[in-house]
Amino acid sequence: MPGAPWLAAEVAGTVEETPRVRTLTLGAPGWPGHHAGQHLDVRLTAEDGYQAQRSYSIASAPEDGVQLTVERLDDGEVSPYLVDEAREGDRIEIRGPIGRYFVWEASDPTPLLLVAGGSGVVPLMSMTRHRAAAGGRAPVKLVYSSRRLEDVIYRSELEELAARGDGFEVVHTLTREQPEGWTGYSRRIDPELLGEVAWPAAERPRVYVCGSTRFVDAAADGLITLGYEPQSIRTERFGATGS
Amino acid sequence: MIVSRGFRGRRRKGPPDRVPPGQYLTDDFPVLSAGPTPHTPLEDWTFSIHGGAEPLRWSWEELHALPSETVTVDIHCVTRWSKLDTVWEGVSVDTLLEAVEHDASFVVAFCDGGYTTNLPLEDVTDGKAWVAFGYGGEPLEPEHGGPARLLVPHLYFWKSAKWVRGLSLRDDDEPGFWETNGYHLRGDPWLEQRYWGD
Repeated sequence: MPGAPWLAAEVAGTVEETPRVRTLTLGAPGWPGHHAGQHLDVRLTAEDGYQAQRSYSIASAPEDGVQLTVERLDDGEVSPYLVDEAREGDRIEIRGPIGRYFVWEASDPTPLLLVAGGSGVVPLMSMTRHRAAAGGRAPVKLVYSSRRLEDVIYRSELEELAARGDGFEVVHTLTREQPEGWTGYSRRIDPELLGEVAWPAAERPRVYVCGSTRFVDAAADGLITLGYEPQSIRTERFGATGS
Repeated sequence: MIVSRGFRGRRRKGPPDRVPPGQYLTDDFPVLSAGPTPHTPLEDWTFSIHGGAEPLRWSWEELHALPSETVTVDIHCVTRWSKLDTVWEGVSVDTLLEAVEHDASFVVAFCDGGYTTNLPLEDVTDGKAWVAFGYGGEPLEPEHGGPARLLVPHLYFWKSAKWVRGLSLRDDDEPGFWETNGYHLRGDPWLEQRYWGD
């Protein structure tokens, strides 16, 4: 079996999600489709032939083509280009999809717990959108930790999905700064918080956790404290240099 | 060639004979793992080798009583970071295998948390692999695979299995965790063997 080829992809649109985060919709003829939670490789080529590659989680549902949501890392190489420079009509190369472990299918009815820290919400949003697009019936709780309200990615879309009342719930915690009248959580994820909002371990939910290493360790350790099987917790971490 | 308009890059490529294609240099030590970080108490920790004439097992103290080596190596993660001149302390896999009579051609490393990775025997012998318990002069931290991880620096770093607890000697190349989840069976960074089919 030959390796997946690099495909030319054109930026078809961009959305500023937060001051540091942007979504790019890509048109990529030949893209084979993906599963919710997978990532892809991006390759950028400069005029003189210099190239840089990075991996990014896919934000869109499999039903909706390819969208990436990228956070700018100030010392990054590819993310500043994707967040600040790329515009409609620009071309990049992509390769994938990649990863068969951190994936979820909407046909799975098992209760689903998604725990997101910052831009770790991106692959979990792909799952959430997949559930909505495919009419999945799994009850879903998304616990989403952000620094401030204006750092919450997909805020209005998440509100709309939760308002449908079809078994999708989102719980926010704002760790650094809360707007006046904020009634949600206002601290880092800990066992007590998870115990209040997560499915009881006895329901044997599927769990996907994505965020920084520190966030993922805190969330996973907290869930284990609550009796979750370590094997039931799938994690994806990004380091400070996952640029 | 598809040029991305306006892209220049930061060009932290490093020496081309030390940084494989598609990689960039970092001074950090990013963490990647598929599940929670296990915390096995050292008094319960053992390292086993299965599949030889006799099964073998070392306790934490017994492993430390073996001759250890300090090695300075470059490491390369499939997510594209490379880190040069990392300093590790551990026991060479050669030292461990000396104690075992076997005619295996492959090994599967197995770990706390259920992670496995497969390697040809020749990739873990002749001074190419260690069971490492020290990093940068300190005990290896849990998030980086402590108390002990496999260290196979000439392959992509997922082969350097964290929280390693032993090796299974095998006749056949049985794909491990990432190898059944889309990643290359061998993972040579100089050949960019990242994914299935590369």
